[in-house]
Amino acid sequence: MTSSTPVFEARDLQVVKGGSLILKIASLAVSEGEILVLIGPNGAGKSTLLQALSALLKPTRGHIFFRGQKIGTDIPLLEYRRRLAMILQEPLLFDTTVFNNVASGLKIRGMRRNEIEPIVERALKRFGIAHLKDRSARTLSGGEARRASLARAFATDPEILLLDEPFSALDPIMRETLIEDLEHVLRETGITTIFVTHDRMEALRLATRLGVMHAGEILQTGSPEEVMNHPVNEFVASLVAVENILKGKVIRRNGRTFFASVSGQEIEGIGDVGLGEEVSLCIRPENVTLSPFESGNPTSAINTFPGTVGKITPIGYYRKAQLNCGFPLVAYVTNSSFNDLALNKGTKVLASFDTTAIHVIRESTPTDS
Amino acid sequence: MDLILEGIKKAFWLLVSFDPEVLGITLLSVKVSGTATLISLFIGISVGATVALTRFPGRRLAVSLINTGMALPPVVVGLFVTIFLWRNGPLGVLGILYTPLAMIIAQAVIATPIVTGITLAAVQQLPGKLRLQILALGATRLQMVWILVKEARLSLLAAVMAGFGGVISEVGASIMVGGNIKGYSRVLTTATVMETGRGNFDVAIALSIILLLLAYLINLVLTQVQQRERPR
Repeated sequence: MTSSTPVFEARDLQVVKGGSLILKIASLAVSEGEILVLIGPNGAGKSTLLQALSALLKPTRGHIFFRGQKIGTDIPLLEYRRRLAMILQEPLLFDTTVFNNVASGLKIRGMRRNEIEPIVERALKRFGIAHLKDRSARTLSGGEARRASLARAFATDPEILLLDEPFSALDPIMRETLIEDLEHVLRETGITTIFVTHDRMEALRLATRLGVMHAGEILQTGSPEEVMNHPVNEFVASLVAVENILKGKVIRRNGRTFFASVSGQEIEGIGDVGLGEEVSLCIRPENVTLSPFESGNPTSAINTFPGTVGKITPIGYYRKAQLNCGFPLVAYVTNSSFNDLALNKGTKVLASFDTTAIHVIRESTPTDS
Repeated sequence: MDLILEGIKKAFWLLVSFDPEVLGITLLSVKVSGTATLISLFIGISVGATVALTRFPGRRLAVSLINTGMALPPVVVGLFVTIFLWRNGPLGVLGILYTPLAMIIAQAVIATPIVTGITLAAVQQLPGKLRLQILALGATRLQMVWILVKEARLSLLAAVMAGFGGVISEVGASIMVGGNIKGYSRVLTTATVMETGRGNFDVAIALSIILLLLAYLINLVLTQVQQRERPR
C-alpha cells in the first residue's frame, strides 16, 4: 500500500432492492484523515451507502477496497468490520449499564476485563459521561445516550468512523453541543470519517470534503467551499441553500463577461457560456445586498435592481427577505440592517449582487462531478 | 366448605410432617417439569430466534404453526407420544413408556412451542437496526444472536414462566405416558386426579394446594428476577 492509497474505495457499487436500483456509485474514495460529509434528502441512498461500505449490506454489484485490499476477498468481512465503527441514527444502546455498553465492542473482540476497564474509562471521559458509567442505559436522556453511543464507537479505536445522521432527533441546543464535541474528537484523533446528514449546517461544520447525494448517486464531491459556491446542477444548488436559481438566456458576450436575460432584466455575469445558451444563474442569498430605494439610480450600477419586499421570515440572526425585482430574489439581511432599512412588506429597495457572486450552470453541463 | 377447610388443614399437615410420599411426588413434579422446561428453553430459544432473524420461503406458515403449537392440547401430545413410545411404535425399542423420561418428553413437546412463540415475538420486537449495530460492533452472527437474546431476556423470563406453568399444571399427557405409577411416575397433577377419583377430596385439595404453592413460588422467584432487571 502506498501513502496515496485511499483508506476506502468503492468501485462501481450498485444496490438493487425490490427491483429498483437504489444505489449507484461509480467511484468513491476517501483518504486518510478525511471527513467526508454526504448530504442529501431523505431517500437519497445515504444510509444504504454507509451500510454497503460497512459490509452490513451485500452490494448487488461492485467492490469495496480497504487500504487497497478487496473486502470479502483479500480481507475477511469480520476483520474489516472490526476495524471500523458505525453509529446509526438511533443510539441503540443495550439494556445494561453505560459502562457495559461502552465495553460491548471490546467484549465482542474477546478482550479481558482488566484490559477493557482503562479503555472504557478513557472513552467515557472523552465524551463527558464518566459520572454515568453505572447508570442503566435506559435511563439516559437523548443527548447522554448519543454520547454513550459515540463512546462505544471510539472505545474500539476504529480506523474508520461511519456516522448515519446521529444527531437528527435531538433538539438544536443538544445537537450543537454534541457536534462541537464530535468535531473536537475528530480533529484530535484524525480518524477517517464518513458522516451522512441532511443538515447543511452540520455538514459545513464537520466536512473537510462535502458530497451531495440524490436518488442513489453522488452528484458532486469537493471542498465545502467548492460545492457551496460552484454547484454542478440545480439540485445541488438548492440543497446547499443557493436559494436564487434564475433561469435565463445569454444575449450578449464580451470575452468571459456575459449578459443574460432573466424575465426581461439583464444580469451581468462571468463565465464560459455561449451566445444564446440557456443558463441557470445561482446566487447565494447572503451575497445579495439591499439598500434604500432612494439611495441611487439603479440603472447606473451593475446588477442592481429595484424591487419590492414580499414575505419576511426571521431565521436566527438573519431575516430572509423575498423580493420581486421582475424576477424573484431572496436576500438575507442581518437584524440590524433589517431595522436600519425599516423593511416591511411592500417596502421598495435596491437589490444588488456582484458579478463574481453568480455561479453559472449551463443547461447542457453534465451532472457528474 | 368443611371439605375445603379440611383439605387446607391436611395440606398444612402433609407439608409440615414432610410426608415421604407427598415429598416424593412433589420432587418428581419439579424434576420432570423443570427438565422439560430446560429442554424447551434450549430448543425454543434457538428455533424462535432463528425464525425471528431469518427470512425463508414458508416462514409465515412456520410462524402460524408455532403459534398454533402454543395451544397444543396435552392429551393430543400424550396420545402421540404414547403411540411413538408404544412397544410396536417407532421408538418402542427404547422401552421408556410409563417412565418419568416419557413424561419429560411429553412435557417438553408441550412447552417448546410456548417458549418458541414467546421468543419469536420477543426477538421480533427488538429494533430492526439493533442487529446492524451489533454486527457493526464487530460481532459474529452467533454473538449477534446471543446479544439479541440477552436484550430480550425480560420477555424470555415470561417464556420460562409460561412454559413451566404450562407443564407443571398439565395432567393429560403425564397420566397417559407416565401411567401414574406410585412411587415412580406419580406427579402432583396425576395424584390429584387419582385421589379425586377415589373420593379422597381432602388429599386431592392438599395436593392441589401444594401444586399451587409450588407454581406460585417458582413464578415469584422468576418475577423477582424480571422486575429487578426492569429499567429503573
